[in-house]
Amino acid sequence: MTPPPPADAAVLSTRSLLAGEGHRGGTLPSWAPWGALGGALVFCAAALAALGWFTIALTLVFGALIGIVAVYAWSRAVEGARRAKDRAITMAIASAFAVAMAPLISLLYEVVRRGVQGLSWEFFTSDARGVVGGGGAEHAIVGTLVIAGCAALISVPIGIMAAIYLNEYGRGPLRRALTFFVDVMTGIPSIVAGLFAYALFELFFGPGIQMGIMGSVALSVLMIPIVIRSAEEVLKIVPNHLREASYALGTPKWKTIAKVVLPTAFAGLVTGVMIAIARIVGETAPLLVTTGVVDSLNANPFQGRMQNLAVYAYNEYRSPGVMKQASYDRAWAAALTLIAIVMILNVIARLVYRRYKTETR
Amino acid sequence: MAHFDTTTNAGQILAAASGGRRRRGDRIFSNAAVVAAVTILALLVGVAVFLVTEGFPALTASSSELPKGESFISYVAPLAFGTCLAGVLAMIIAVPLAIAVALFITHIAPARIAMTLGYLVDLLAAIPSIIYGLWGIFVLGPAAVPVMKWLEEKLGFLPIFEGPASITGRTMLVVGLVLAVMILPIVSAVAREVFSQTPRKLQEGAQALGATRWEMIRTTVLPFGKSSVISGAMLGLGRALGETMAVAIILSVSGGVTFNLISQANPSTIAANVALNFPESSGLAINALIATGLVLFAITLATNFIARMIIARSEVR
Repeated sequence: MTPPPPADAAVLSTRSLLAGEGHRGGTLPSWAPWGALGGALVFCAAALAALGWFTIALTLVFGALIGIVAVYAWSRAVEGARRAKDRAITMAIASAFAVAMAPLISLLYEVVRRGVQGLSWEFFTSDARGVVGGGGAEHAIVGTLVIAGCAALISVPIGIMAAIYLNEYGRGPLRRALTFFVDVMTGIPSIVAGLFAYALFELFFGPGIQMGIMGSVALSVLMIPIVIRSAEEVLKIVPNHLREASYALGTPKWKTIAKVVLPTAFAGLVTGVMIAIARIVGETAPLLVTTGVVDSLNANPFQGRMQNLAVYAYNEYRSPGVMKQASYDRAWAAALTLIAIVMILNVIARLVYRRYKTETR
Repeated sequence: MAHFDTTTNAGQILAAASGGRRRRGDRIFSNAAVVAAVTILALLVGVAVFLVTEGFPALTASSSELPKGESFISYVAPLAFGTCLAGVLAMIIAVPLAIAVALFITHIAPARIAMTLGYLVDLLAAIPSIIYGLWGIFVLGPAAVPVMKWLEEKLGFLPIFEGPASITGRTMLVVGLVLAVMILPIVSAVAREVFSQTPRKLQEGAQALGATRWEMIRTTVLPFGKSSVISGAMLGLGRALGETMAVAIILSVSGGVTFNLISQANPSTIAANVALNFPESSGLAINALIATGLVLFAITLATNFIARMIIARSEVR
């Protein structure tokens, strides 16, 4: 086994990572897990390089495995079997967390790296009508905002009223049924929501119909349960003494809800709606079925096909045309724009919550 | 707040008691709430009804009229198989990881950074599925090619690694990995919730008896969270079964039924099949796709139903 490197500042913080004291014979120094891990990584890098198989992924995988085994053996010799097992499993769980985070880091890195290459002024300010192997994504950006906006217009009133029902009025079988089926509804696959919207509009408008509003209806099916869930949570934490104080003043129930409960919960409601929009704005499958693919700008949700960023990205990947790389670049640029929209919505949601949060205690 | 409206006087109370203007306001508001509640239930019923109506022509049509010239059952069966294979594979990969992630956040990481780590995991859920698809085909797939080659050489005697290993990385294994990443935040959110609710007295009791942290987790936290983790896994499975774009982009499809995870020839999934074929379909082919959607709806509904039942039962306890 390689000798562990000396302790440094970062290593000292591991004291909190270690299990409670409980001595059995000796105790490993507090830097032992990090030291062993570092030693194992250096050892693996050197060994793999010597064999000519060096890659970062292999080094990390073997380094973590050898580090865990080393700490186990070391701890078993000094502290006994039970503490050794505790240390090994703690390190394994921490490594599993690192494994779970690796895709997130890789994904964000790749989207930014590849997406930046396709970004340009043209990407945001022109559509792709009549352009062979080029053009921008203005139509897709506008379409994304219109479709998601209409979905929010449908979902927010229904969702918040339903949450008010659940929290303020509901009792008996209807309440129980609604609670249960809202949970079930969160599990509807997005493609099924799209097929539902298509089937609904086909009955009235005939086969082959594709419009922006159909996409909004499909997205509403996905968005309503998210809105209800979050609205119900924030209505639940509005303290009852506020309601009672209002009733004591003779205020009718509906006015109590409209003027006391909703304003108190306002920040939480807005946050929930923002996060719900962020969740549906990147949906692809239901829009592929309902709003279709089109190259030119269309901002009217009630007429004709409408492009959006997710479907745009998919289409640029799927049918790249002659200039393959340029097309892939545009797909990544659309992905980057989409992630940016999602992140902005999430950040706004948190800011609103911090800024307007009412103390509820 | 309108001050004058909230002050009380005898007249208003009388009006309220005798069903005057105020009662009307209450009635309208509560009716609106009930209407919203009923709308949602109607929507759910509507999803089922419209899928049945539009899918029905395909269910009754003769084999020769359907897209591939075979009966609907033999059309949908391999797709349902592919759907379940991808979903179960994703669940097998994601659930242990999700439990580890939840344990790490609730019991191992310093409390100071635990919240931030929670946000990071939630971020995984915020990323649109189309981006997972692009990442899978351009990044993870190519990176997995040498690994799959190695699996074929060393573990080729197992049917699941039979090969021949794909050279593009568009395999069921890669799809399973990507789906696992996508459902990880769902499963770990449920697990986190229940792990952090483990009664303190149980945990402290275990440690007072001299248990190490792992022994405490194994004897108190894991048994306490077991049923919730199972239902969380079912929720994750439901999501994986219905995931569309990542599968449609990554998977190279041939249509057969096989457990071979690393080859170029894979069964498609219901959702991906709809996304791939819908834009070019018309007539009865559309009805057939809607009917497969109905099958998917039934499968995910059953999965979610079971998950919610488990949660509801454990909440009563």
